[in-house]
Amino acid sequence: MSQLPKPDTEGLRAKYPDVFARPASARLAMPAMIVAAFAIFVFGLVDLDFSPSKLLSGLSQLGWITMLMLPPNPGSSFPLYMQALGETLSIALLGTTLAALLALPVSLLAARNIIPSNLIRFPVRRFLDSIRGVDTLIWALVWINVVGLGPFAGVLAIMVSDFGAFGKLFSEAIEAADRKEVEGIRASGGNALHEIRFGLLPQVLPVIAGQVLYFIESNTRSATIIGIVGAGGIGLQLAEQIRVLEWQKVSFLILMILIAVAAIDFISTKLRFAIIGQRAVV
Amino acid sequence: MATAVSILPAQQLAALNETYRKAVARKRLKATLATAVFCAALVIAALGAEVNLKTFFTYFGNFISYFDRILTLDSGARVWTDPVEWFWGLKKWLRLLGETILISYVGTLVGAVLAFALNFFAAQNTSPGPWLRFIVRRLLEFARTVPGIVFALIFVIAFGLGPMAGVLAIAIHSTGALGKLFAEIVENADMKPVEGIRSTGASWLSCMRFAVLPQVSAGYASYALLRFEINVREASVMGFVGAGGIGQELVVAIRKFYYSDVSAILVTIILTVFIIDISTGWLRGRLFGKETRR
Repeated sequence: MSQLPKPDTEGLRAKYPDVFARPASARLAMPAMIVAAFAIFVFGLVDLDFSPSKLLSGLSQLGWITMLMLPPNPGSSFPLYMQALGETLSIALLGTTLAALLALPVSLLAARNIIPSNLIRFPVRRFLDSIRGVDTLIWALVWINVVGLGPFAGVLAIMVSDFGAFGKLFSEAIEAADRKEVEGIRASGGNALHEIRFGLLPQVLPVIAGQVLYFIESNTRSATIIGIVGAGGIGLQLAEQIRVLEWQKVSFLILMILIAVAAIDFISTKLRFAIIGQRAVV
Repeated sequence: MATAVSILPAQQLAALNETYRKAVARKRLKATLATAVFCAALVIAALGAEVNLKTFFTYFGNFISYFDRILTLDSGARVWTDPVEWFWGLKKWLRLLGETILISYVGTLVGAVLAFALNFFAAQNTSPGPWLRFIVRRLLEFARTVPGIVFALIFVIAFGLGPMAGVLAIAIHSTGALGKLFAEIVENADMKPVEGIRSTGASWLSCMRFAVLPQVSAGYASYALLRFEINVREASVMGFVGAGGIGQELVVAIRKFYYSDVSAILVTIILTVFIIDISTGWLRGRLFGKETRR
């Protein structure tokens, strides 16, 4: 039986000092980070008024509320809720479509391969970033001041906040497009508009359609909540029923939202695959 | 080198053209139909959402003048001419912004820990049993689909007004979102180390600890940081329903028409979000290299 040669520990140690004796700073980095993260966590608990007694009484309250939620029961308001749900879906569809229509021309301005000049691209990008930095709910509050309470304010809020997101996503899709097809159009004598129409759009449109569908899906969720500040849809009913402590209706409304979101998910996934074929999603 | 372009005889060409036209016509018909259905859906949606173009155009001036007003001080001067007056409440706002960031930090951490505890049960390749997997998946789906602010509304009633409700709402929502992403990472992990450890007679727990965890921990941290970024935005509106943070201050300013305050608070929120985005992006790049960002 052959025996393995004894490893030359001393030689290895001399060759790779870092492996055998890591410097203290490298060894301490991980524990130090964990301790720091935990310290901030504890500070946060103290600063945010966490106390075990509050937590316990809250949990028992929550238990009561959950008991009161069962079984979900809409009472006599089922038609009203269905209408509110329809309103929510309308808000999501309309807001997303308008945002996409508005964002398409602006995204051309923010794409590097269309506008090589930093002078225009940079301000356009920062502008889109600022719009995205403001939450949909805040936009809803602003639009309520402008067009009054109701679902229309919700449509406009979703339109504006998605405009920021779409502008960025579309411009990234345009930047990822293949140069060769555009060059081909130019070589055959097309002008700048032809390049965009026949060289870029056929590549970019399927990607954009996929993203728009995905946003309609995620906006169904956003549209359920903008009602909380008064911008229409099922969120308005939900916030009202929570305020008057009608827990059976609350659970019914939450159930409706879950089912609606699942249905939209299912449909848009099917559509997305139909549009973009076997390509990777988004 | 000259190449002759061969042109097919007219008869053959006509047949080809015919087929081509048919194929294109079918495609066009399909596209037209899809567009028509979509437009019909839009019209129905517009009726449902009470879209009123007349209101829109009558009041669109209000939208522009609203921005004009929030950028004007009480004295009538533009806000940027007198930053001290514009940001008169900066100390209070910074404290509330700090609270907002803390809410999202604590909420993300609790959510990440809960998601970490649950995700091995939700992933297809590591779950101990299909029933457990089904239940955990539905639970995570529920936590993810119900919007965070709805949880906040309910928690404000159960736990009382204050940041605690906001933290718990964000924690639950993050558990749902992160649990799904974490489980996806685990499903992509290499199973050979697990087999190796199991072959030594190790328990399920040891398999997870020594075979799966080393592969996935970097991905976990990366997603948790991304979630923190998203949660800062979310925490900024938690105050709308009384769950702590800067939102309370903002909603009061908007509702009571303290115009210049609205713009000042919005500017501080946007700047904070920028700073958080940039610093977590930097941290992620430092810790995990560029490729982990998906």
